[in-house]
Amino acid sequence: MKQIMEGSRAVAETVALCRPKVVCAYPITPQTHIVEDLARIITDGRLDAGYVLADSEFTAASVVLGASATGARAYTATSSQGLLLMTEVMFNIAGMRLPVVMTVANRAVSAPINIWNDQQDSMSLRDCGWIQMYAEDVQEACDMHVQAFAVAEKLNIPVMVCMDGFILTHATEPVDLPDADQVDEWLAPFKPKFYLTTSDPITLGSMAGPDAYMEIRLLLHQAMQEASSAIESEAERFEKAFERRQGGMLDVYQARDADVLLVSMGSLLGTMKDAVDELREEGHKVGIVKVRTVRPFPRTHLHDALSGARAVGVIEKDISLGLEGILCSEIRSAFCGAAVTPNISSFVVGLGGRDVRKEHIREIALGLLKDDTCRVEIPGIDHEVLWSAHEIENEGV
Amino acid sequence: MSVEQVESRVLSYGHTACAGCGEALAARTVAEAAGRDVIMTNATGCLEVFTTRYPRSSWNVPWIHSLFENAASVASGIEVALKALGREGEAKVIAQAGDGGTADIGMGALSGMLERGHDILYICYDTEVYSNTGFQRSGLTPTDALTTTSPTGKLSWGNLTRKKDLPAIVAAHGAPYVATTSAGYPLDIDRKIKKALTFTGPSYVQIHCPCVPGWGVESNMGVKVARLAINCGLYPIFEMEDGRVVRVRKIKDDDRVPVDEYLKQQKRFAHLFKYPGGEEHIKEIQAIADANIEKYGLARGPLSVD
Repeated sequence: MKQIMEGSRAVAETVALCRPKVVCAYPITPQTHIVEDLARIITDGRLDAGYVLADSEFTAASVVLGASATGARAYTATSSQGLLLMTEVMFNIAGMRLPVVMTVANRAVSAPINIWNDQQDSMSLRDCGWIQMYAEDVQEACDMHVQAFAVAEKLNIPVMVCMDGFILTHATEPVDLPDADQVDEWLAPFKPKFYLTTSDPITLGSMAGPDAYMEIRLLLHQAMQEASSAIESEAERFEKAFERRQGGMLDVYQARDADVLLVSMGSLLGTMKDAVDELREEGHKVGIVKVRTVRPFPRTHLHDALSGARAVGVIEKDISLGLEGILCSEIRSAFCGAAVTPNISSFVVGLGGRDVRKEHIREIALGLLKDDTCRVEIPGIDHEVLWSAHEIENEGV
Repeated sequence: MSVEQVESRVLSYGHTACAGCGEALAARTVAEAAGRDVIMTNATGCLEVFTTRYPRSSWNVPWIHSLFENAASVASGIEVALKALGREGEAKVIAQAGDGGTADIGMGALSGMLERGHDILYICYDTEVYSNTGFQRSGLTPTDALTTTSPTGKLSWGNLTRKKDLPAIVAAHGAPYVATTSAGYPLDIDRKIKKALTFTGPSYVQIHCPCVPGWGVESNMGVKVARLAINCGLYPIFEMEDGRVVRVRKIKDDDRVPVDEYLKQQKRFAHLFKYPGGEEHIKEIQAIADANIEKYGLARGPLSVD
């Protein structure tokens, strides 16, 4: 049944339906509403789980690590600085193959400190061994969380569900929450093969030297590469049971016969679809490729989806300083050795909550139709602010 | 050695600790005292490295190492998971870390664990130095000790700071049981571990462990030096319940020694005996010991039954 609900609350309710046994988090804007709602759900007795008040994000991640290793389904959520503080634990959770699920309410990274949305936080952690999914709207964020637990526990790989801070976490949208019985039927209880128990003592987290470290890392890399098929099959299984269309690794929109393909992830896609609808009406052959899963990276999917286009514009809210948008570089790698390569350009937009409107997307698309030269652009810069920031940096306030 | 013999020990033979390692002696005593019905977490450090070189392990109980600074947090997660899964009767949770992992980098995690009141026994193996990384100064390094990051020289007599009073900090959190003990007295460790495990809530046991290369002692001298630390008053041995000292290990009059008896056994204090002005520093260290003896009532009175 469709309900009008805030994104954070919808996600909290969905996570509760997945019956985690341990929830642990530390508050950070804009993740707060999710963990507040989960605290209330547990206090009201609607979810039978331990709720741990962490003293930092570092601890929050460590607590879910310990809980997962003990055989409990474990969940946490964070944003921005919190995610960066967790970094060391994130690598550790993945390395120990613990199927923790985490929501990242995407937010810009300091300095300057900024609480608004971009995707620098999770994109900076793309190499830590977690599956990363990006939700376009609140409905997809909810559906992804259910799938995240299934995928994580099937593969013993942790999953990060990324949803844009404020834009999705604080947006009120109609959502079709799955019902509890249906989730119980769809998502099997967590039954790990190995866990900490006195009935079968195991050692977890031992030290591997140069003689074994590479092999253990290779196993994780291979499991990650093979994860695509599980992500896709779980999405299909979900689609059948809940009768809602899901993407797999990626999804396309108006992509057939397109001269220009725009690529992005997260909530930006809604705005982009509106812009593309207009452009199509005006007779411009512009389409969209939506990256739903950034890790494992859908290399062949992207290669196939983008091959026919003359120009590709990767529009993203993150930057590898000194290079270009992070996703753009990775998409270039999908064409390494290909006979025909579209011209791929990087557009870095929306950092620190800067509004990205339909007009901005139109400008990027029309620009690529006119001139498809490969380039890196950071559109939407206010030159007056830039000049004064430059002066402040050189002369102080 | 037979498989049966190896498996009969909670922390088995065959680990790679230095000969005469005080921490290995203490950890083995802890493991035997705690028994099989435990789940252990371990911070990064010597104990983790010398017992779990992949693909082997010396532990015959469920054991997990995650990182340097989160033994207390991982233990918290285990304890909550056991309760949430209805398995709380299965095992007691024990967290283990060194002095650096406890007093410095793991301090926040420890504070959170104590404040939340988890039913966990936390053990700090206090070697008074970052042993695993090559003997750098920690928050529990005593005054004037030479370490690789508090070298002695024209401008310094070694570590410039006082040893952090960690048991008092833990007790201030309201932990029901806090104790200090020493690798010099394994029976004392055994008794305190067993006692700590009878409490519900967070308990803390800090064990003074001689580090053979870190302190510069002979490998057969660890136990003797550990006992001298107690008998000179520099390492007070006590138990606290609900924030009050309830029991101390008295120093028998015949055993009591001045601090130089303890200091001169160790290369980390050799500079105090070598350079002019050292005697002033020894006097200051004696004052620390005297203050301990006064504060905890270590001298006089009826002898402890320990």
